[in-house]
Amino acid sequence: MIKGNKDHAALADIFNQDEARVDWHDETLWFVRAKRDKAANTLSEWEALRENAAQIKDNVLSNLHDYLSEFESNAQKNGLIVHWAADAAAHNQIVLSILKAKEISKMVKSKSMLTEECHLNEYLHQNGVEVIDTDLGERIVQLAEEPPSHIVLPCIHKKKEEIGELFHEHLGTPKGASDPKLLTAAARIHLREKFLTRRAAITGVNFAIAETGEFVVCTNEGNADMGAHLSEVHIACMGIEKIIPKRANLSVFLRLLARSATGQPITTYSSHFRTPRKGQEMHLILVDNGRTQQLGRADFRNSLKCIRCGACMNTCPVYRRSGGHSYHTAIAGPIGAILAPNLNMKQYADLPFASTLCGSCTNVCPVKINIHEQLYKWRQVIVKEGYADPKKTMAMKAMEFTLSHPSVYRNAGKTGRWLMKNMPFLVNNKLNAWYTQRDMPAVPQQSFSEWYKKNNNE
Amino acid sequence: MTVGLFIPCYIDQFYPNAAIATLKLLQKLGVKVSYPLQQTCCGQPMANSGFEHLTTGCNELFIDNFAAFDYIVSPSGSCVLHIKDHLHSDGQAEKASCIRKKVYELTEFLTDILKVEKLTARFPHKVGMHQSCHGQRGLMMSQMTELVAPPFSKPRQLLNMVKDLELVELSRPDECCGFGGTFCVAEEAVSVKMGKDRVADHLHHGAQYITAADMSCLMHMEGLLRRQNSQVKVLHIAEILNAEEV
Repeated sequence: MIKGNKDHAALADIFNQDEARVDWHDETLWFVRAKRDKAANTLSEWEALRENAAQIKDNVLSNLHDYLSEFESNAQKNGLIVHWAADAAAHNQIVLSILKAKEISKMVKSKSMLTEECHLNEYLHQNGVEVIDTDLGERIVQLAEEPPSHIVLPCIHKKKEEIGELFHEHLGTPKGASDPKLLTAAARIHLREKFLTRRAAITGVNFAIAETGEFVVCTNEGNADMGAHLSEVHIACMGIEKIIPKRANLSVFLRLLARSATGQPITTYSSHFRTPRKGQEMHLILVDNGRTQQLGRADFRNSLKCIRCGACMNTCPVYRRSGGHSYHTAIAGPIGAILAPNLNMKQYADLPFASTLCGSCTNVCPVKINIHEQLYKWRQVIVKEGYADPKKTMAMKAMEFTLSHPSVYRNAGKTGRWLMKNMPFLVNNKLNAWYTQRDMPAVPQQSFSEWYKKNNNE
Repeated sequence: MTVGLFIPCYIDQFYPNAAIATLKLLQKLGVKVSYPLQQTCCGQPMANSGFEHLTTGCNELFIDNFAAFDYIVSPSGSCVLHIKDHLHSDGQAEKASCIRKKVYELTEFLTDILKVEKLTARFPHKVGMHQSCHGQRGLMMSQMTELVAPPFSKPRQLLNMVKDLELVELSRPDECCGFGGTFCVAEEAVSVKMGKDRVADHLHHGAQYITAADMSCLMHMEGLLRRQNSQVKVLHIAEILNAEEV
């Protein structure tokens, strides 16, 4: 995932070398944001729904242990085999052991950001298991040997002509064909054969209901259902925060999820899985992978409310102009930037700084995660833990001294000179980063305080 | 009523006219305003960079300068939001908490405290209003496009009182300009692209002036406009509300 140790700014710089493409990417995602606005505005109770969802999730996070135990016991009563995985490695080993016991070496997988987070595909590949992603967007990035760039729209960074090229190479579509209908039909035929011949299917989990022991998977393509219903082994993987207390809570989230994600009233399929079909094995893996650690961080725990709708990415002016891959982590965008440092603070120290703190993410979030405030708080943690650039630290200390001493500040030079050298737009080792594409402000004859002293007679 | 005028450091140094207009506008409206000369900076540049622990000096200084006033008013939504959210002091905790409640951005002070209903200003130009994010989403100066709620806008309410001023509509009324403090250099490529796109929206809709309640956004957009040799100018909203052009 990491591209030669480049940080977000460096990767965004590369992305911005093709300005027309940035415009296209920005407009494509803004279109999704606009659809979301339209859908949200059809419900006068929208803000109340968000508040309701946030409160349900608050309750879940405060009683996680109890709901998980209740869910496990109900799921077991329903005939599911429940596994617990402390981290990504444990999760991947569990999946592999289930497949090995059944002597399965080829399988299908519908979209699951958790398995992306755990790098399951790479692990299975190394262990001789072929995984075919069946979500169309995921299949496209899989053929391109790239990670998804967006949690809901995995190949949103690809133009249809590029997808046509990939399909020509891998699926034998005519050279130069880029008609979405034609390409989708080709993918349908290609995937149908996989669904029919693979004995095992992995799905993600959008919501797990403690009260009933069932879980719900939301897709637009029905690929989770195709995979699960045609398989003899269904493995569902979920982060432990995906739990909700009751079935009655589900409608709140289903009404918010698709409207926030794509502006649809609801996903095409919202499938409830409760008991395995006769002759089928149904496994459920509950994965921690840093979640309990995040739960213990008072300032960051409510990031675990996330229902993975991607609205914060679509609205983020930085994401739209830097692309999902610039975040070099499975979950990109604002939500990724507050989740990733919990997993590896050093590796993801750059991400909380990849934001202007504009706050739009917080406003679109259907479960009211205070994303931009957490970005600010991660910055404080990252600096305190020693992951800041030493040059920046020195500059900040110089700034602190001057700004704490009015006489030093006033005498720091002629009007403007000190700020020119020390204000944010020059505090950085890239000394001319402001001036490369922007003119400097003109320095006036006198500062306001000089004017005030001369002109204001109190 | 005593009002302490809080002028952010970069306005003091680069944009004195915005500060002068703020002072004169408040005086014109009958407010007794003082400018404490020992003020420097709210500390936001450090805090937003992750160095909030280095803002103790700025915090203490701010409290010393402003605790005595009934209200503190500033022509910057961003700096006001920083004070509101982050001003703290171990030794003067009560004063800090009191300041957090009585600090106001200029336009919200005019609409909410002074309840201004008319202005004498005239500004016969087409103006694009940039909604700076910290004022917009932090201080909630206008209805935000993400939320489902009735429309309102404090700055617009005031601009509508200015004679002959024509406000232009924007395609994206509250998208960030990309300044973002240290972001503007640390993430130069994205910052510049965001700024160019914002400026283009105003130009596309025929704005002759771009205004905002935050000079930092305008400084960023001005830098881009000047580089493009554009004739379009930026002006702090105080300068328009105080305009005496006839």
